[in-house]
Amino acid sequence: MYDPTVARLTYRALLGRRRALILGALPLLLIVIAAVVRGLAGADDQTAADLLGGLGLATMVPIIGVIAGTGAIGPEIDDGSVVYLLSKPLKRPTIIFTKLIVAIAVTMVFSALPTLIAGLILNGNGQQVAVAYTVAALVASIAYAALFLLLGTVSRHAVVFGLVYALVWEALFGSLVPGARTLSVQQWSLAVAHKVSGDQTLITSDVGLTTATVLLVAVTVGATWYAGQKLRSLTLAGEE
Amino acid sequence: MTTLQLDHVSRWFGNVVAVNDITMTVGPGVTGLLGPNGAGKSTLLNMMGGFLAPSTGTVTLDGKAVWRNEEIYRQIGVVPEREAMYDFLTGREFVVANAELHGLGPKAAARALATVEMEYAQDRKISTYSKGMRQRVKMASALVHDPSLLLLDEPFNGMDPRQRMQLMELLRRMGDEGRTVLFSSHILEEVEQLARHIEVIVAGRHAASGDFRRIRRLMTDRPHRYLVRSSDDRALAAALIADPSTSGIEVDHTEGALRVQAVDFARFTTLLPRVARDHGIRLLTVSPSDESLESVFSYLVAA
Repeated sequence: MYDPTVARLTYRALLGRRRALILGALPLLLIVIAAVVRGLAGADDQTAADLLGGLGLATMVPIIGVIAGTGAIGPEIDDGSVVYLLSKPLKRPTIIFTKLIVAIAVTMVFSALPTLIAGLILNGNGQQVAVAYTVAALVASIAYAALFLLLGTVSRHAVVFGLVYALVWEALFGSLVPGARTLSVQQWSLAVAHKVSGDQTLITSDVGLTTATVLLVAVTVGATWYAGQKLRSLTLAGEE
Repeated sequence: MTTLQLDHVSRWFGNVVAVNDITMTVGPGVTGLLGPNGAGKSTLLNMMGGFLAPSTGTVTLDGKAVWRNEEIYRQIGVVPEREAMYDFLTGREFVVANAELHGLGPKAAARALATVEMEYAQDRKISTYSKGMRQRVKMASALVHDPSLLLLDEPFNGMDPRQRMQLMELLRRMGDEGRTVLFSSHILEEVEQLARHIEVIVAGRHAASGDFRRIRRLMTDRPHRYLVRSSDDRALAAALIADPSTSGIEVDHTEGALRVQAVDFARFTTLLPRVARDHGIRLLTVSPSDESLESVFSYLVAA
């Protein structure tokens, strides 16, 4: 199911110089802000939760997910170089699964790790806030990577759609329309974080843990399966 | 022995018919897929390579369906027309990756790189390669698993004459080894030099198929017009018209040249330089005036 060569090609494409800069900028920003906030306001559990939740989980994680998820396959389909993968005796779902693993790993490294560091800076993991949000970021990384990998497979405008989903749906709609929150990767991962955190009032989710888990698994598996199907019938249009 | 079979294959995109009811068999040896730009060659090649589903009809390789059949790629090597090819890798890394995807190792990659004579630049990034070098590395990636069918989309585009000759020699060798090699081109001379068997596509239709010489005759058994400038136009005109291969000559004063109409193409092309030499006339310009591929094709389609 996992092909090391496909993985290597995907890693190198994803972590190419320009993309790596974008991937690195947001986490760095989060850590810098965490350091500034800690320096100015001192350690505070609520501030830590607000910053990790508002900037980290609601903004940074989905954006990193968009870049890694769509970037793991979108550019190859766009420029046609995916033909070198497709013209091999490789099962299409293997290509998708491998790219998913890479996208998850990259999203985790560039979102969960900085979340943990920022959390430790903010309040030294008081009330398990840092760990809780790190777990949430890890969980969200999986779902986002799968979702945006699918998007990268089916649409040429995957980055735009991905950002619209991440910023408009997750951040804006999610906070305005109660129903939208049930269908939000962010809320699902918050449900997991809620379970992990020491102070149960500090991190809350609109979704129960069971529902969240089921939806997370369903979205991840469903998106990955569908992306594999789409790749099987991917058409390479000629230049004519 | 690998045979690619197209059976009543059509492909349309919306209202546009790109490929219209084509039936053909491509067997061992080098076959040229000839047609003007936009004739549907790439669409056809994409269907042959399993990258595009026919709207109707079937494409099979030794009886096995090509579309949605990954196993078929153990037999097929593909050289796409598009440039993009993991530019951040070196040539060697790229070919090794292609070998690994076939379950092969660096040895197979090294062999393929040697075949296309790219060892000297294999450790340079692909982004620094010239068009011809890219083409050869693409070729190496297609040859790495020793395929019995090789599909090449406009492989000579952008190559300089020397690179072109090298690649032609390589393809000829592949064909002589019993592989099925199919390449597309919109340039008659390329196809003429390389392929014995050709398939002609015009406007999505299968216009002609068969031995090149037969089709060439179809194309050449018609008056050819040449524009000739020389050191002594009138003396040359008198000498040429004496031969039956020339059916008419006009002295074009505004152009300062002769317009020669030849009926026997092959004979005329050997006659002209000989006559010039025998009469001590220097040839300054010899250019075919209606040799553009489109006119050849329209002639073929009408035939």
